[in-house]
Amino acid sequence: MTAIVEAVAHALIAIGAVVLGVFGSIGRLAGFAVVALRRMVTPPFYPLRLAEQMLVIGWFSLPVVGLTALFTGSALAQQIFIGGSRFNAASTVPAVTVIGIVRELGPVLGGLMVAGRVASAMAAEIGTMRVTEQIDALATLRTDPFRYLVAPRLLAAVLTLPLLVLVSNALGVMGGWLLATFRLGFNSSAYLATTVRYLKADDIVSSLVKAAVFGFIIALMGCFHGYYSQGGAAGVGRATTNAVVSAFILILLSNLVITVVVFGS
Amino acid sequence: MNPRISLAGVAKRFGARTVLRDVSLEVAAGESLVIIGGSGTGKSVMLKSILGLLRIDGGDILIDGASVRGLRGGALARHQARFGMLFQGGALFDSLPVWANVAFAVPGRSADRRAAAIDNLARVGLGAEVADLRPAELSGGMQKRVALARAIAVRPAILFFDEPTTGLDPIMADIINSLIRRLVSEDEITAITITHDMTSARKIADRVAMLYQGEIIWQGPVAAIDRSGNPFVDQFVAGRAEGPIAMAVRRA
Repeated sequence: MTAIVEAVAHALIAIGAVVLGVFGSIGRLAGFAVVALRRMVTPPFYPLRLAEQMLVIGWFSLPVVGLTALFTGSALAQQIFIGGSRFNAASTVPAVTVIGIVRELGPVLGGLMVAGRVASAMAAEIGTMRVTEQIDALATLRTDPFRYLVAPRLLAAVLTLPLLVLVSNALGVMGGWLLATFRLGFNSSAYLATTVRYLKADDIVSSLVKAAVFGFIIALMGCFHGYYSQGGAAGVGRATTNAVVSAFILILLSNLVITVVVFGS
Repeated sequence: MNPRISLAGVAKRFGARTVLRDVSLEVAAGESLVIIGGSGTGKSVMLKSILGLLRIDGGDILIDGASVRGLRGGALARHQARFGMLFQGGALFDSLPVWANVAFAVPGRSADRRAAAIDNLARVGLGAEVADLRPAELSGGMQKRVALARAIAVRPAILFFDEPTTGLDPIMADIINSLIRRLVSEDEITAITITHDMTSARKIADRVAMLYQGEIIWQGPVAAIDRSGNPFVDQFVAGRAEGPIAMAVRRA
C-alpha cells in the first residue's frame, strides 16, 4: 500500500514539475517578447543593424523562398488539374491555384523556409554570443543587448517577411501558369484573366498579415532560444533545434488561427 | 571614508545549489584586490553580481554607498557604465574588426572612434596594423590585449579582470600582468581580479582574498599571503593536492 502511495506521489511530482516547467517557459517567453517589443519602439535605435538584418532575412532568403513557391505553384496546378478532371472541373486550375497560393501556401511555405534558414542562424549566433560571454560584454559596454541584438532582428523580420511573401505569391502563381500553359494546354491570357478575376484584396491582406506574424514568430524564437542557451556548443545546438521546431509549430498554429478568424465566417 | 565596493552577506543560488553563501568584502578606491580560489567556488558569479548581470538572493552590494539590489532599466545601465571588464575568453565580437571592438562604447564619429581605438591599442602595446584585423586572426595573447584595450577605452572607474592570464604562455602572462598593474597604478582605477595564477596574483594585488565554498575565508595584504595561518590558503598558494580543500567537481 505504501509503495503504491509513493509511486502515485512520485508520478504527481513528475507531472507537477512538467506543468510548472511549461508554464515557466511560457511566462519567460512572454516576458521576453514584451521587453523586446518595448525596445523595438523606443530609442536608441540601431539603423545599421536593422538594415543588415533586413538584408540577411529578406534578400538572402529570396532564392530559397522563390524557388519553393515556383515549384509548389506548378505542382499545385498539376494536382488541381488531375483532381478537377475527375468531375469535369479542370478549368478551375487558375482560380484554385491563386487562392491556394496567396491564402495558404505562399505565406506558410515562405514562413517555414525562412524559419529553417533564419531562426536557426539567429539562435546559433546569439547562443554563441551567450556562451562566449559576448552578451555580458555588451552590458558592460553601455549597450542594451535587447536593443542591439533582439529589436533589430524582430523589426527586420516583421518588415521583410511580407515583402518576401509578395514575391513568393507572384512566383507561385507564375509556376502554376507556366505548367498550365506549357503542359496542360491552357490559353495563357485566359489563365491570367481568370487568376486576376478570382484574386480578392482580402486574400492579399490576409497573406501579408500572416507573413508579418510569421516574421515576428521566427525572430522571436531565434532570439529567445539563443539568448537563453547554456552549456557550450551542445547547448547552442539544442537552442538552434528548439528555435526551428518551435517556430515551425507556432507558424502552423498561428496560420490556422488567422485562417479561421479571417475566413472562417 | 566609504569603500568604493562593499559586499555585505551576499548570497546567490542557482536552483537548489548555493554558490555564494555569505560573502562580505570591501575594496577601497584605487585598490587592486585579487580573489583567489578553486574552480567552481563562485568567483565569476561574484563579479557578475556586482555588475548587476546576476541578481543576488541575499545581502547587499554597495558601490560608493549606493545599493545595486533592485536596479533596473536606466539605473542599471548607468551602474554598469562605471565598469570595464576583461572577460576570461576575451568576449570580442567576431563580426567586427579589432578597432570597432575597442571603440564599441566610445561615442562620436567613425574617424574619431577609430583614432581612439588606435590610442587604446597603443596603451596595451599593439600597433595600428592590427586595427583592421578580425579577432579570429589574432593569437590568444593579442585577443586578451585587445579585450583589455576595449575594457579601458571608456576610462571606467572600476575594472574587473576574469582570469586574465589563463591560457597564455608565461611571457605573455607577465606582459598582461604588467599592463594591469600599470593601469591600476597610473590611472588610480579600482580593480578586482579573479585568478588561479599565484604569480599573477602576487604581481597585480595590493590585497588578496580567498573564496572557498561561497565564503571569503581569508583576506589580507599580498605580502602576508605566505604567512596567512590559514591551511586552505596555504594549500592553494602551494598548489598541493593534499590538504583541507576538497576539489569541487561541478562548475559554479
